[in-house]
Amino acid sequence: MATPTTLDKLEADSTTSHLITVTFRVRRFNPEVAAEASWQDFQLEIDPKERVLDGLHKIKWDQDGSLTFRRSCAHGICGSDAMRINGKNRLACKTLIKDLNPSKPITVEPIKGLTVLKDLVVDMDPFFQAYRDVMPFLITKGNEPTRERLQTAEDRERFDDTTKCILCAACTSSCPVFWNDGQYFGPAAIVNAHRFIFDSRDEAGEQRLEILNDKDGVWRCRTTFNCTDACPRGIEVTKAIQEVKRALITRRY
Amino acid sequence: MKIHKYDTVIVGAGGAGMRAAIESTKRSRTAVLTKLYPTRSHTGAAQGGMAAALANVEEDNWEWHTFDTIKGGDYLVDQDAAEILAKEAIDAVLDLEKMGLPFNRTPDGTIDQRRFGGHSRNHGEAPVRRSCYAADRTGHMILQTLYQNCVKEGVEFFNEFYVLDQLITEVDGVKKSAGVVAFELATGEIHVFQAKSVIYASGGTGKFFKVTSNAHTLTGDGQAACYRRGLPLEDMEFFQFHPTGIWRMGILLTEGARGEGGILRNKDGERFMEKYAPVMKDLASRDVVSRSIYTEIREGRGCGPEGDHVYLDLTHLPPEQLDAKLPDITEFARTYLGIEPYTDPIPIQPTAHYAMGGIPTNVAGEVLSDNDTVVPGLYAAGEVACVSVHGANRLGTNSLLDINVFGKRAGIAAAEYAHRSDFVELPENPAQLVVDQVERLRESTGNERVAEIRKELQETMDANVMVFRTEQTIKTAVEKIAELRERYKNVSVQDKGKRFNTDLLEAIELGNLLDLAEVMAVSALARKESRGGHYREDYPNRDDVNFMRHTMAYREVGKDGKDSIRLDYKPVVQTRYQPMERKY
Ligand SMILES: Cc1cc2nc3c(=O)[nH]c(=O)nc-3n(C[C@H](O)[C@H](O)[C@H](O)COP(=O)(O)OP(=O)(O)OC[C@H]3O[C@@H](n4cnc5c(N)ncnc54)[C@H](O)[C@@H]3O)c2cc1C
Ligand code: FES
Repeated sequence: MATPTTLDKLEADSTTSHLITVTFRVRRFNPEVAAEASWQDFQLEIDPKERVLDGLHKIKWDQDGSLTFRRSCAHGICGSDAMRINGKNRLACKTLIKDLNPSKPITVEPIKGLTVLKDLVVDMDPFFQAYRDVMPFLITKGNEPTRERLQTAEDRERFDDTTKCILCAACTSSCPVFWNDGQYFGPAAIVNAHRFIFDSRDEAGEQRLEILNDKDGVWRCRTTFNCTDACPRGIEVTKAIQEVKRALITRRY
Repeated sequence: MKIHKYDTVIVGAGGAGMRAAIESTKRSRTAVLTKLYPTRSHTGAAQGGMAAALANVEEDNWEWHTFDTIKGGDYLVDQDAAEILAKEAIDAVLDLEKMGLPFNRTPDGTIDQRRFGGHSRNHGEAPVRRSCYAADRTGHMILQTLYQNCVKEGVEFFNEFYVLDQLITEVDGVKKSAGVVAFELATGEIHVFQAKSVIYASGGTGKFFKVTSNAHTLTGDGQAACYRRGLPLEDMEFFQFHPTGIWRMGILLTEGARGEGGILRNKDGERFMEKYAPVMKDLASRDVVSRSIYTEIREGRGCGPEGDHVYLDLTHLPPEQLDAKLPDITEFARTYLGIEPYTDPIPIQPTAHYAMGGIPTNVAGEVLSDNDTVVPGLYAAGEVACVSVHGANRLGTNSLLDINVFGKRAGIAAAEYAHRSDFVELPENPAQLVVDQVERLRESTGNERVAEIRKELQETMDANVMVFRTEQTIKTAVEKIAELRERYKNVSVQDKGKRFNTDLLEAIELGNLLDLAEVMAVSALARKESRGGHYREDYPNRDDVNFMRHTMAYREVGKDGKDSIRLDYKPVVQTRYQPMERKY
């Protein structure tokens, strides 16, 4: 078994500490303290292989306990910590310091388009409301089979990409249409509609398409691809939206 | 303070909580209180699969599954419960499929199945394909599917509500559940939920270890709430260390990777598991594999300059197979290690993973206040509970199963109980304990910091009560935890506000971790044998004569107000399987 060089380097690096000093420029807001949001700089020592989330924890645990953000899993699967990092929507736990040009201050702000409640915490209720509005659950007719419903591997593959969504809101809150009009369903809700519209077992595709045919539905999408860039799960969000649009025109899915 | 009244209150919205909610919402007025948005729960992190003897791809049956579960648990499993688990597994998987879960499929269009550690054909003959899966995001798909069905059923959630106390009222000498007290993150307000039934489904407690696959939020709040009210905790010394966590980070790489053919290798490239488990090899049960890894490391065959890890080698598997079956974990290796798993082996080490112990329940999910007395109106299911289907070591894919089988059972039982019962009167000043706790922390000017105490706790747990334990190391941990609990009294928080005060909640969570760490260490000290996940180097053999029994730990408060732990024991339920030596 060959031991290639990236692995050698990783292992060799681990014996020495490579702490660097970085500045986190964080957008702070706490209506209990001040009516306006403001920027605050924190300096911290961190290994560039660590995550932005580790940096936020260092601030919270060693410098300022009042810094507030959501997080849980710390490896990109729970969707708690979408934020704007250096102007782009990402998960703090999936963004490594070294990938951010740490010689300059790293800016961290709440995602846009949802009301900020405190520091990096936003009100997620409108986001989940849009999700609920597309009827995000399997709808079938007739009697239930005794065993599992059958589905070919190809039919299963058809909607694989959109089953990966973790509802972090990185896509929806990167969408300029959503920033201007909070009524727009937004990419995440459409992704979750797609997940069912293209599931061969589901029988409510028509209903979901009608919901998305609404004035606040898919037609608002201007194909800016922000959402696809923002998705931490690598879902081709814009493509999914296009497929829903096409299904609306052809009524085939 | 606000008071709410519901028939059924469920604490937690992970797999167990939502599976229960789907049942209880149909039958009773139900509220689900959860400290995270439901889809943030750690069930979503589960990767490898959910066991059920569907026999879709090869011969299998639930009796074999029962046997494997009992053997995997080193015979500390309650056999009646294991039988229910294995039998009801089939419907549990089919239920999920009907709810919409997109399982991977066989060429026939049925649910595909793959191999997993400890699951065998015909009582240990060879590995069997029993794990139903959706790529390597099975937990994600379960969590999403259950949430989707909760939306469909109109389940009422109270998101970001932290349950901090369990209310118990004595009625005619019987302790009954009266409700819970919760802290609302957004406002800092305290809520009392009076309920006929309460179900704990609040998950595990892995955050007292440093290298762990568990989320920051897995702090054992449910276990601690019940324990503080005098209810026992069962088998807390049994904690599972999963063999393949990402080196130093603990992020899990599913056993499914070995199920797909991945191999563990030491620094010489040797497939060392052949020495320790000639039949099941890399797919022996987790406790066996984790000990083997540390044996390699201790004997100088670990990898890297410090020899502190081994490799999970997937390089011989076709890239298409990795992309189709293991997309997430290969991406973890790329993201967090900068390693390409097509060509590089992945550095791994065992990671603290799963609490076998917890709140004792019977097979209906009813919580026990001693070896056989039920607390009317109180239920638990999922990782927070100890039924005990996992005994001394849980088999992979049996927890996603457990949360579905016993989540459903608890949901039905709790709702039915609520139907035939009246509300129990709340104790006087029901919120007092929580109000005091919150006020004390907010007003404290002590000089101890939460982060420092937590770090020291995690370090002592990793060093002393991990894969290998001795009297000496456990005593070191017990002393250190006692010191930390003392220092915790002087902890203060910087955020004094009401709104989204996560600083304050981290302090409360740390208090829970400290209490549970102590129970774990004290229970481990008393168990002078090795069994499953609990390995004592000073007592390397299983001792069925003295220790074929469950530990029951109770908190006792002396006249001086000081608390201590009293240990008692509960017999193991054995039906048809006689204990044998475990060989893989
Ligand atoms: C990385 C990883 C991979 C795994 N892979 C597998 C696998 O492949 N197969 C398998 O069978 N098992 C696997 N497991 C184990 C399994 O996923 C878990 O044991 C199981 O999902 C736990 O489910 P739960 O519902 O009990 O708890 P969780 O999903 O952890 O949910 C706990 C819930 O309780 C809530 N909560 C906690 N405290 C409070 C409080 N104080 N007040 C209110 N709410 C609270 C949380 O908000 C959350 O909703 C894995 C575990 C991990 C960590
Ligand atoms: S903390 Fe879970 S996705 Fe980042």
